[in-house]
Amino acid sequence: MAEKNQPLAYEEIPEEPEPFMQQLLDNPWMLLFLGVVVPTVLYLIWGVMEIVSVPIAP
Amino acid sequence: MAVNRMFRTCPTTGLKFHQPADALIRWNAVVGVVALLVGGILALLVTLTRWQTVHLLAPDAFYMVLTGHGLNMLVFWIIFFEIAVLYFAGSTLLNCRLAAPRWAWAGFWLMVIGWLMNNYAVFVRQDSSVMFTAYAPMGAHWTFYLGLILFAVGALIGCFVFFATLAVGKSERTYNGSVPLVTFGALTAAIIAVFTIASGAIILIPTFLWSIGMVPTIDSLMYRHIFWAFGHSSQQINVSAHVAVWYAGAAILFGAKPMSEKVSRTAFLLYILFITIASAHHLLADPGLTSKWKILNTSYAFYLAVLASMVHGLTVPGAIEVAQRQKGFNKGLFEWLRKAPWGNPVFSSIFISIIGFGFLGGISGVILGTEQLNLIMHNTFYVPGHFHATVVLGTTMAFMGITYFLIPVLFRREMAFPGVAKWQPYVFGLGMTVFSLFMMGAGTLGVPRRHWDVAFSGNPLGFEFPRHRVADDRTDGDRRCARGRGRCDVPAGHRLLGVPRQEDRDARLPARAGARWRRAGADRFGGRIAHRDRRRGHARLVRLGHVRPGDRVPGGLRAVLLHQLEVPVHRLAAEVTLRKRRQPRAQRHPHASGDLAREGGGQVPRERSSADGNGSTTQEMRRWQASPKPHLPGPAPGGPPIGRSPRLRRWSGCSSCASGSSSGSPPSPGSR
Ligand code: HEM
Ligand SMILES: [Cu+2]
Repeated sequence: MAEKNQPLAYEEIPEEPEPFMQQLLDNPWMLLFLGVVVPTVLYLIWGVMEIVSVPIAP
Repeated sequence: MAVNRMFRTCPTTGLKFHQPADALIRWNAVVGVVALLVGGILALLVTLTRWQTVHLLAPDAFYMVLTGHGLNMLVFWIIFFEIAVLYFAGSTLLNCRLAAPRWAWAGFWLMVIGWLMNNYAVFVRQDSSVMFTAYAPMGAHWTFYLGLILFAVGALIGCFVFFATLAVGKSERTYNGSVPLVTFGALTAAIIAVFTIASGAIILIPTFLWSIGMVPTIDSLMYRHIFWAFGHSSQQINVSAHVAVWYAGAAILFGAKPMSEKVSRTAFLLYILFITIASAHHLLADPGLTSKWKILNTSYAFYLAVLASMVHGLTVPGAIEVAQRQKGFNKGLFEWLRKAPWGNPVFSSIFISIIGFGFLGGISGVILGTEQLNLIMHNTFYVPGHFHATVVLGTTMAFMGITYFLIPVLFRREMAFPGVAKWQPYVFGLGMTVFSLFMMGAGTLGVPRRHWDVAFSGNPLGFEFPRHRVADDRTDGDRRCARGRGRCDVPAGHRLLGVPRQEDRDARLPARAGARWRRAGADRFGGRIAHRDRRRGHARLVRLGHVRPGDRVPGGLRAVLLHQLEVPVHRLAAEVTLRKRRQPRAQRHPHASGDLAREGGGQVPRERSSADGNGSTTQEMRRWQASPKPHLPGPAPGGPPIGRSPRLRRWSGCSSCASGSSSGSPPSPGSR
């Protein structure tokens, strides 16, 4: 590793793995998946479960 | 088939337009603006009808026009334009060819057919005035639903063309790794759109089948629940799209770079994850769903989405500031803002959009999205007040701004009437601000939304607004004053704007803000103001034998009687009237400000005494109901004089202070 106060030459910069968040944000399909699943579970499915559990008036 | 790789470079901006994308952006935007024009004309008709003094349209026409207004504006104008934004952000900003232009055209024509079909149902057939929400079991003609479905399918195709364009750009390496922030915002909008449109399909397809008789019933709560996954989420498409437009505007006008890509993108991620579930705020007043579901989906989720909006609302002006300061506008705190291009409609529209959306739309949205407050304002004029601030002041304004930018770029023409263009954003923005604010004001006083007639003429059940309501009906106001007090001392302006008179203000001093909110709720059930229909309600009671012709029945009680015509309450009314005659006026109505002013009183005791509170009143009523009542016309011989018992004070008191009359001692069981 180079000394603290000496900037690295371009070739010397170690290949860092892309941070997780960046990977996520650069993956439109993953975002699409999340953006559909979260509301489907929390809003639609949970809500439908609550509604169907209300007994129907005779 | 050969791929069209024809690009054109805009000479002024240097943007590269893929030929099919160029045409598609133009067509989608133009059709959107036509829908906006139609919706705008309808808006005028709606407004001139709701303005009670003009009251332009007949009820049928009003509801038809309101339906058309909601749909053409909220659905057709906005979504056509958003598809244009998607193609711009996907193709032009990425320097990338648009994937599958044929599909894109197919989607476009489906949308056009759906738009026309839906408007055909509303305006030609005239049998589909169900508002844009179309709550089942209220039914429209099948073309209404089919139109919406076709439109939604077309829009969904548009979204997938956008996704495919991102993929094409990646594989053809027109961008590296991360898409630009504006495109990321458009991506957010497209993701939300997929959920939105899928939910729309889930509910609209069965409803369509129901309209042609293939499905027996649609559960109304289920409809509302799933409809709002569509109806509200589509507003979130708008939010994401117009935030993307904000960033685009900052970049176009100032060359501003986002202050932090990380923060802005994370804020968009919060939209993707949480903003759609906030749809639950439309069901806060519905029974059948638990508070757990409601609160998690609104408050918790909503606040994360609101946080994201606040991030955007601060980083966009922040980015502009940074860019301006780099240009040397460094004097003082605000030189960067003062030296902004205020005469450029692109800038002024976007700036008004940021401020209006943030302050008016955002704040009122948080208020409405809170379960406890929603119960007070659900279905009042507050709601259109709120969403005109978001969707008109926020989204439409932002889209107008970007249109000013795109017209020269897309059509290669000069803007006509540049002077008008300079003023237009200010006129529209100011108008919408005032309009939204006053709708909210009217809403807090209980004015209902979607109602042809604020005065409820012809209704069997009188409806009385609180005294300092928006008295937009001048003659009504005059008559009221003349009847109630024998003098009219409400200045016209006050009457018009609903500003309370000074005396009223004095009377309310001790109990200002909080109490006002509470009262706004309580008063719905019978405030003290006489209105045009008081007589009719009274006549109905007389006709049904509940009241004797000469009796004067207090307003609040009349509402109760009318509610409960089947309950034998004849004697109650008679007794209460008697009691009222015996009581001095000031005691009956602690809020009758005229009296108060005369007596020099300003301090009104408003606290509920525990014995006089709600719970005990219900018990009183129960006890009274259980007690022997030798009533039916004529005074009961031997029976206890019901009305004289203090336990009935609640009903005789001023109903606009729900706590009942402040005079006398709290009722005690068995007291007479
Ligand atoms: C241009 C000026 C506009 C004016 C003067 C206006 C006026 C109104 C009024 C007075 C109402 C209330 C009707 C009622 O509840 O009784 C209303 C409802 C509505 N407006 Fe607007 N509006 C305008 C623009 C827009 C725009 C641009 C949008 C959407 C992008 C929009 C969307 C709606 C919607 C969705 C409703 C509710 C319809 C319903 O309750 O079914 N408006 N408008
Ligand atoms: Cu909503």
